[in-house]
Amino acid sequence: MIKVSGLKKAFNNIEVLKDINFEVNDGETVAIIGPSGSGKSTLLRCLNYLEKPDAGLISIGGVTAETKKVKKSTINRLRMETAMVFQHYNLFKNKTALDNITYPLAASKKAGSEEAVKIGERLLRQVGILDKAKHYPVSLSGGQQQRVGIARALAVDPHALLFDEPTSSLDPEWVGEVLKVISDISKNDKTMIIVTHEMDFAREIADRVIFMADGNIVEEGHPAEVFDNPQNERTRKFLKKYMQRAADSQERTELELLTV
Amino acid sequence: MNFDIGYMIEIIPELLVYIPITLYLAIVSMLIAVIIGVALSLILVNKIPAAVQLSKLYISFFRGTPVLVQLLMIYFGLPQLFPWLNSISAVNAAIIAFSLNTSAYLAEIFRAALTSVDKGQTEAAISTGLTYRQAVWGIVLPQAIRNAVPATGNMFIGLIKNSSLAFTIGVTELLAQGKLLATATLQFFEAYLAVGIIYWCMTILYSWLQKWYEAKINKPYEA
Ligand SMILES: Nc1ncnc2c1ncn2[C@@H]1O[C@H](COP(=O)(O)OP(=O)(O)O)[C@@H](O)[C@H]1O
Ligand SMILES: [Mg+2]
Repeated sequence: MIKVSGLKKAFNNIEVLKDINFEVNDGETVAIIGPSGSGKSTLLRCLNYLEKPDAGLISIGGVTAETKKVKKSTINRLRMETAMVFQHYNLFKNKTALDNITYPLAASKKAGSEEAVKIGERLLRQVGILDKAKHYPVSLSGGQQQRVGIARALAVDPHALLFDEPTSSLDPEWVGEVLKVISDISKNDKTMIIVTHEMDFAREIADRVIFMADGNIVEEGHPAEVFDNPQNERTRKFLKKYMQRAADSQERTELELLTV
Repeated sequence: MNFDIGYMIEIIPELLVYIPITLYLAIVSMLIAVIIGVALSLILVNKIPAAVQLSKLYISFFRGTPVLVQLLMIYFGLPQLFPWLNSISAVNAAIIAFSLNTSAYLAEIFRAALTSVDKGQTEAAISTGLTYRQAVWGIVLPQAIRNAVPATGNMFIGLIKNSSLAFTIGVTELLAQGKLLATATLQFFEAYLAVGIIYWCMTILYSWLQKWYEAKINKPYEA
């Protein structure tokens, strides 16, 4: 269970998160959508204290951190409860695909080195990339790197997985394979929060959708409600714009196909 | 033209004897410089208050003044300020001067090497449950070292050559011996050319070593 209340964060006196409150139940998949700059990444990064919030309470699994009196040890325990999948993968460049997974396990003593290798190989198989275990990140495609990134996050067996636009920097050809992996995981009762611009995907896998704008949660609900019958004007505008852009790019690809 | 190649070849063995002292000056100075350089770069990267200003002053001074001036200052000047340094040997004075000077350059090299490691690497490490210290040792440093090796190697080549300045305070190293032979026989060109060739060979050998090492540590980063 994730519980966030009164979460606030400002950069240079500009409020980026203004009093955020929400909960995620165990096993639930929540998709966060919203225009860029609305604070989605900052929200995720506050959850594992990659950014220190200015105020509020974050509770994940069994760990509760209250910003005003949080201790270093609490932050460390809180971080153990989540693992993050990054937009730019952030694989350790000096480590092979397999070592990307085993290194954090072994270094944080979550597993002995032999067990870590077993876990690593099992997860690489799960994301369909075991044959690249000995490859370094540079020699992997974006899609392959992101699948390793997902395996690395799964390996630490966190209470919740946090995805920050996991397909946004991928070439279109790799998006499908990554979404497939994430969709498979979401069926496994993992608690997940996914920031994404892939609306069809969000509709398909999310139990709940949160729409953020200007540092606020503007609307939340079942995907069918939010996508088909948005209550808030801002949500409607955002979705309309998104549909328009999707149609444009569809048209563009069709034109490109015609001209080839 | 009056060039006695036979003489030049003849004196080379006499000069080779001084390679150890030259390498000793260069290697010990390098090791000390690396330690000071790492410390300074960590101060710069972590923006430790007050220490940053002091470090910048230190770096500015040692990069902005000639090594020779620094060497003379340390050997002749420091004992005047601190009498207990009266007994400092020329070799030790040279090592101090070379290490301080080189460390100022290394500080900047290491700082750049550390900051050019993507912040996402540390964040990924932390988010997979590593402590900051583990992230730095296991993920950031190996990548920073790779970034720093080429420039650090150039500094070492510079040190091998600059160690010749130690002769000015009376250290009998390679150049000092060359000078001795030159003035004894008045065959200046042969003697100094022989000295030059020996430095040249040393730096070439070192460059090979470094190329091999760079190729080795670059392997993981080549597609
Ligand atoms: N480290 C930072 N320093 C200053 N401003 C930041 C920083 N991180 C994010 N911001 C600002 O906070 C706002 C929200 O950013 P972000 O959370 O990345 O939005 P989103 O992920 O929804 O696109 C943006 O205006 C961004 O410029
Ligand atoms: Mg973002």
